[in-house]
Amino acid sequence: MLNIPVIRWGEEYDSLDKQEVLHFATGEAIANVSQANGGIIQRDLRKAGKAREILKQFSIEQLIEMVGKAGEFFVDATLPLGDGEQSPQDFIHQQSASTGLPEHMVELGMSKNSFVLNNMDRILDALTRGLPLDILSNGWGKEDRGIPISYQAQTPVLGAVLPSNSPGVHTLWLPVVPLQMGLVLKPGPQEPWTPYRMFAAYEAAGIPREIWCLYPGGIEAGAAVLGACDRAMIFGGTATVNNYKGNPKVQAHGPGFSKILIGDDCVDNWEEYIDLIVESIYVNSGRGCINCSGVWASRHTEEIAAAIAERLGPIEALPPQDPEAGLAAFTIPGMANSIWEMIEADFAEDGVTHCTEPSGARLVEKELCGYLRPIIVHCESPENEIAKKEYMFPFSTVVKCEQDKMLSSIGETLVGTVITNDESLIQQAMNAIHIDRLNIGPIATTKLNWLQPHEGNIIDFLFRNRAFQVPEELLG
Amino acid sequence: MSDAPQDQLDQLVTTAKERLDAHTYETVQWHFHESTGCPFWLEKKTELNFDPLSEIKNYEDLRKFPLFEDDWLRGGPVRRWVPKALEDKPTYVFETGGTTGIPKSRVVMDDFRIDYEMFSETLPDEYFPRGGNWMMLGPSGPRRLRLAVEHLCQHRGGICFCIDLDPRWVVKLIKKGWMEHLEEYKKHCIDQAITILTAGHEIKCLFATPKLLDQLALALEDRGTSLKEIGVTGIFSGGTEFTPQWTRYCVEELFGGPPEKSGIYMTPTYGNTLMGLACSKPVTAADNYKISYHAPQPRAVTEVVEFEDPNTPVAYGDTGRVKLTTLTKELFIPGFLERDEGEREKPFETFPWDGVSGVRPYHVFATSTTVGVY
Repeated sequence: MLNIPVIRWGEEYDSLDKQEVLHFATGEAIANVSQANGGIIQRDLRKAGKAREILKQFSIEQLIEMVGKAGEFFVDATLPLGDGEQSPQDFIHQQSASTGLPEHMVELGMSKNSFVLNNMDRILDALTRGLPLDILSNGWGKEDRGIPISYQAQTPVLGAVLPSNSPGVHTLWLPVVPLQMGLVLKPGPQEPWTPYRMFAAYEAAGIPREIWCLYPGGIEAGAAVLGACDRAMIFGGTATVNNYKGNPKVQAHGPGFSKILIGDDCVDNWEEYIDLIVESIYVNSGRGCINCSGVWASRHTEEIAAAIAERLGPIEALPPQDPEAGLAAFTIPGMANSIWEMIEADFAEDGVTHCTEPSGARLVEKELCGYLRPIIVHCESPENEIAKKEYMFPFSTVVKCEQDKMLSSIGETLVGTVITNDESLIQQAMNAIHIDRLNIGPIATTKLNWLQPHEGNIIDFLFRNRAFQVPEELLG
Repeated sequence: MSDAPQDQLDQLVTTAKERLDAHTYETVQWHFHESTGCPFWLEKKTELNFDPLSEIKNYEDLRKFPLFEDDWLRGGPVRRWVPKALEDKPTYVFETGGTTGIPKSRVVMDDFRIDYEMFSETLPDEYFPRGGNWMMLGPSGPRRLRLAVEHLCQHRGGICFCIDLDPRWVVKLIKKGWMEHLEEYKKHCIDQAITILTAGHEIKCLFATPKLLDQLALALEDRGTSLKEIGVTGIFSGGTEFTPQWTRYCVEELFGGPPEKSGIYMTPTYGNTLMGLACSKPVTAADNYKISYHAPQPRAVTEVVEFEDPNTPVAYGDTGRVKLTTLTKELFIPGFLERDEGEREKPFETFPWDGVSGVRPYHVFATSTTVGVY
């Protein structure tokens, strides 16, 4: 079994507190992971400034090239991990075994990470809107029109409290090192694999290991990372997001409540959109915040729900090695059952119809884990309780709602796809500040453009664009 | 504190057992006799299907009692717990819990003083100097700990400085998710401590909960100083979150090494309002900072029992629930299941009776309990 240490500015630290990472189906221990206590993190973070000093010895362009190489190592190389090593195949098995994701989805996640690393120049160019990168490095420079411009780094490191259940989120912190900032990560308890493999890949690509801290641990470790870093991300539920609302130091990523809205001008052609709706609900086992959890229209909603249910309802829980497996397991004992009970309770409400019922039982309980097969629910009204719900499996409501009430009823929406040519509806959607990513037209909610910011632009989070003046001669 | 030869240790264990049996007999006679017992136990006697006065002759016989229910300690009149023979003595009431609802209350006359005087004998004078002043960095209000630490300090000839700390407010902040307020309250407590510690009061010894000790040491470092630099040499700390890893972190990183190198000695303890203080076997790097607690027998006994059968101790080294029995003239608690679990430890020379190591919240409660109150 692998022993995975805490990483303290690149140094390995073998803690007396350890937690086993277990195979979700067999219960077998895959790794023994050292746990960091909060005090260690608070003390280490006093030296955070060093990480930026180290990285500033390289230009941003050099670092972009290095992370590109790291992307190749991440996908292809056998890399050190704790007291052992890990081949790409090992990584796929291990991540699937601890998170419950089918192996082909892990492989897809690997290629997404690699894509981001290999296209870092384009991504940074897009996120900075073409800003010369040395302005981020020097803190100031000159715009083409001759005006001084300053981007001040707000932190020497980015902290992140990472989840166990959605390896896709790692792409969000990958641009940080090329921006000459260190990384302080608390991996999810079941998903130490990506942060540790990325650490090894970066080192293999020539990036000094001293800019990394990896702190597996409990709640206390997460709180310490968030408290001690000037800028940090956390991934959690609605309560977590609410806790950090308004805190400029913390970017909280929670449930997406992503939705597809079909305008009155398009809804009579609903059959044309079923493919993209199914894709939005089902891709990546419905785990992501960008997966659709609500389809809204003013008419044909029963037919839309029935058509989605017909496509998704028959999907079975298959073993993770099966290339056809589309559902991830719930690896925490009892979790699938609890979610099913919550959903079942909502079925009792008037106006709620469970459309996937004819395809058989939704809850599949195994000895050590559980699955939920896709669930599609029709709601007569936005007032139905279940219309406000989101779960981490292919689950969606289809909600009947008048077009003029849609935008005021949908609530917070990470990705909103609005299928319409109605200029008035498009303008209202443009003005809806509760929609983060907006797609106008038939675009799946899960179709990301990597050159666009996701849930807040990381450049705006890590840098402050401030006023800055220097004598003319210095401006050059 | 080296291990005694086995036959010598066996003798010590036998003697301790005989002492416990005799003490149990005396304690039960006291609490169940009309002339000395408290109203609660005298009334309870009528519900029992045995006569404690004639049928409890040794510690094992206590298993005849039903498990003690902590709800019996909630609400009044609190005088029902005062033994008749002690009813004229000045009486304190100490509380535990109480963030919401009615707290558990315990009446005390002298027990806290006796318990902490006994504990005092285990403290090395080199690091807890006689006459040295103390700081109590823990809960105030209706808590036993605040008075007990002050008495410990006075008993050793020092003067004790205290801070204001309301643990019930802390639990509320955690439950409400008001983490910013929690941080500020923690800072408020630490600021109070640092103000006193750096005001020339020559404080040598400290009581602190693990979390507050951690924060104090970090706050001192932020101010460019340290526990060592401000003159602290002895630390008495308590709380179930006292893990070997945390102890190692303290010793290696906050103190700067083991006592002989850093000049700072820390002793972990385990206790609560219902019992005295269980002391720890010395904690060393060689033993991977393992922490084993031994109750102050015969006044209190801890056992590690099967989760499903609280009358059956687990085998040495095995995991079980911590069961507490208190046997003083002021309080009789036969078999109270603590909210903790741990591993059963063997007797050794200094404490020739069972101990418990690896104490942590009972796994069934762990997910719903708000740990780390202060």
